[in-house]
Amino acid sequence: MNQLNQIAKELLTSQKVKLVIGYGEGTDGRVRPVFVRKSEDASQLIWDDRCRQNLAVYLNKTEIREIGFPIAIVSLPATVRSIVQLIAEHQFQVEDVIPIVQEGANVTTIENKERLEQYAAANPVVFPPFVVEEIENIRNKSVEERFEYWQEELSRCFKCYACRAACPLCYCERCITDVNTPQWVCVPPHAIGTFEWHMNRAMHLAGRCVECGSCTIACPVGIPIGLLTMEATRIAREELGYEPGIKCDVPAALATFRPDDKESFIL
Amino acid sequence: MTYYTISHNNLLEFLKSIRAQGKKLIAPQQREQKIFFMETDDVSSIVFDYIQTSISPKDILFPRVEPLITYELTADALQVNDRAEQLPSISTVLFGARPCDAVALTMLEKFFAEEPGDPFVEKRAKQLTVISVSCSKADSYCFCTSVGVSPGDTRGSDILLTPCENNEYYVEVLTEKGNDLVQKSQNLFNKSEKKEKEKYLANVSSDIPAEEISKRLENAFNNPLWNEASLRCIGCGTCAYVCPLCSCFDIEDEGTQKCGTRLRCWDSCGFALFTMHTSGHNPRRTQSERWRQRVLHKFSYLPQRVQVFGCVGCGRCSRACPVDMNLKEQLQLIKEAL
Amino acid sequence: MENESFEPKIVAFVCNWCTYAGADLTGTSRIKYATNVRIIRFPCTGRIDYNLILKAFERGADGVIVSGCHPNDCHYTSGNFHARRRWIVFRGLLEYMGIDPRRIIFSWVSAAEGAKWADVVNRAVTEVRQLGPAKEFNEMRKSQAFEFRSV
Repeated sequence: MNQLNQIAKELLTSQKVKLVIGYGEGTDGRVRPVFVRKSEDASQLIWDDRCRQNLAVYLNKTEIREIGFPIAIVSLPATVRSIVQLIAEHQFQVEDVIPIVQEGANVTTIENKERLEQYAAANPVVFPPFVVEEIENIRNKSVEERFEYWQEELSRCFKCYACRAACPLCYCERCITDVNTPQWVCVPPHAIGTFEWHMNRAMHLAGRCVECGSCTIACPVGIPIGLLTMEATRIAREELGYEPGIKCDVPAALATFRPDDKESFIL
Repeated sequence: MTYYTISHNNLLEFLKSIRAQGKKLIAPQQREQKIFFMETDDVSSIVFDYIQTSISPKDILFPRVEPLITYELTADALQVNDRAEQLPSISTVLFGARPCDAVALTMLEKFFAEEPGDPFVEKRAKQLTVISVSCSKADSYCFCTSVGVSPGDTRGSDILLTPCENNEYYVEVLTEKGNDLVQKSQNLFNKSEKKEKEKYLANVSSDIPAEEISKRLENAFNNPLWNEASLRCIGCGTCAYVCPLCSCFDIEDEGTQKCGTRLRCWDSCGFALFTMHTSGHNPRRTQSERWRQRVLHKFSYLPQRVQVFGCVGCGRCSRACPVDMNLKEQLQLIKEAL
Repeated sequence: MENESFEPKIVAFVCNWCTYAGADLTGTSRIKYATNVRIIRFPCTGRIDYNLILKAFERGADGVIVSGCHPNDCHYTSGNFHARRRWIVFRGLLEYMGIDPRRIIFSWVSAAEGAKWADVVNRAVTEVRQLGPAKEFNEMRKSQAFEFRSV
């Protein structure tokens, strides 16, 4: 992507940023995250259909932050949404991050709040067809069938927490699973332990998950784990009217309320 | 050592008969485009055409969670049960391990046999028979030959099968356990002479000899190369979990006042909290220090202490890594940088 | 197991200021109601973590009642509003993962609504009796190394 390399080179030469996070060539046709700090390395950056992972996860890492804000980051629509959501959650300021985005055939940077929110709203996350299919599939199942489905999928989970590590919105320095007084989540990956873990993760991401799919990509045993957090966000969207990743200053979905929140299920 | 040949169909019959003898059969199965070692009753579901499974078979000896003791407080007394004594005796056959996996299993046994010795791993190893299948294919992630293992390595296997022409396998029966199994189904096997199996094995280049790397790593602790190398690592722990040799563990207790259990669970040095002290100090504060630890442990500390590499070159960590850390490439970088 | 002879175990998470007091009123009014319920008193519904509801099921409950002050009547002003949001998401997620949401009965019962409390409990027991024992959790429990026993 020539425009991309040009932009990155300029950002680094002008010293506007000390770091550009993007995608580069990996092993055997894979794509890997790259961290460009010298302008001559800007040619390492690529951008094509293989680039699916959400790089915003690196914006939470201490070692990356220690390189110094502002950081430029090659951003898919989901990445921009993560960035907006992270700003809404006060993890960094708007001026700390410069997303490099695609707009039609062009590659540009976003350097102010209005453009950021505009881009996020104008570029909703589009699910690949197999995801749409799977969501339909589960929606058409009865409650018992859904139980069978998730028990089967989660039976392979061995609690490696790769889903958590890959998620840009799982940035807690001490996760609920790391607490043992009390032990909220059963340690072993038996049926109860995995059920509790994924239930907690989905609840903690309700109205925060930007549906990027990084968790599913990271899972070493092939569980479509993103479907759970996506469902939590869908509920927040449809029942609570809450859309994550669109506005830079909204309060958290589950930390606020509306007096008229739906309550048809309450006696 | 005795040698045989066996046809693919007879091999399936052999596996059926193993099940019929009441043994537990663990073999490669496909789930969602990935291959796993799973217990099976149906030999027709066993997968043969693949390079490597996603997760290693180490959980047969070293399960993800091992209850060590359980306690129960009744009205009269406190009862504490040693789960090692209660381990059921189930004769298990692992089919389809690769030679690298078999070598790793022996090394795991060795690690856990260090004083005072681990009764769980010991018991499980006694009940396990390993039937490995040599590698006729490899991919660019494999590097077993760089760490002293080969695609036809016999160490750790009780029986080693090498796929040959005509849908047949060359069989090397290496131990008593292997022999016992074969004797029960003698009619399925054809006696053979020792064969030259090199031509059937995959070609795995060894341009990063691990001994050389070990030497260079001795002075690499403070080298800045670890920083660059580890920036993309997200500390997810997948590499340690899929590795056939990683055996770090955490002890966790679960229970109530009335009953509970003490569990030994897998842990990974890649996790941020792995070395966190209760004071809040973390001697491996950054991911680069944790990445350095992983590489040094496998290629420097273990060779120095127990004269083995902590790696069999199976490539699983690199295949599973969501950000393509690629251990083989890291070793190449170390070779060049140092 | 015949559904008629099955007596569900119900755990009720209630807030101290409204529902607990309401349940007291049910008692002092001598209103008879189903005896399957074990009540756990919380200062406020806002304190009820959904993990506690999960633990109740894991330890053998077949159904759970969660009850508190009516909106705008919370002793701590807004605890019940926060709780309500949480329940909306939790309920939906449970259903998505295959647990029948009818096993959890939510209600607002004030300190003056003794009769309503009896009603809520009776409804919950009837509903859960029809649904049968919580076999999803029974199944999941089977894979644990040991059985949790009640304290």
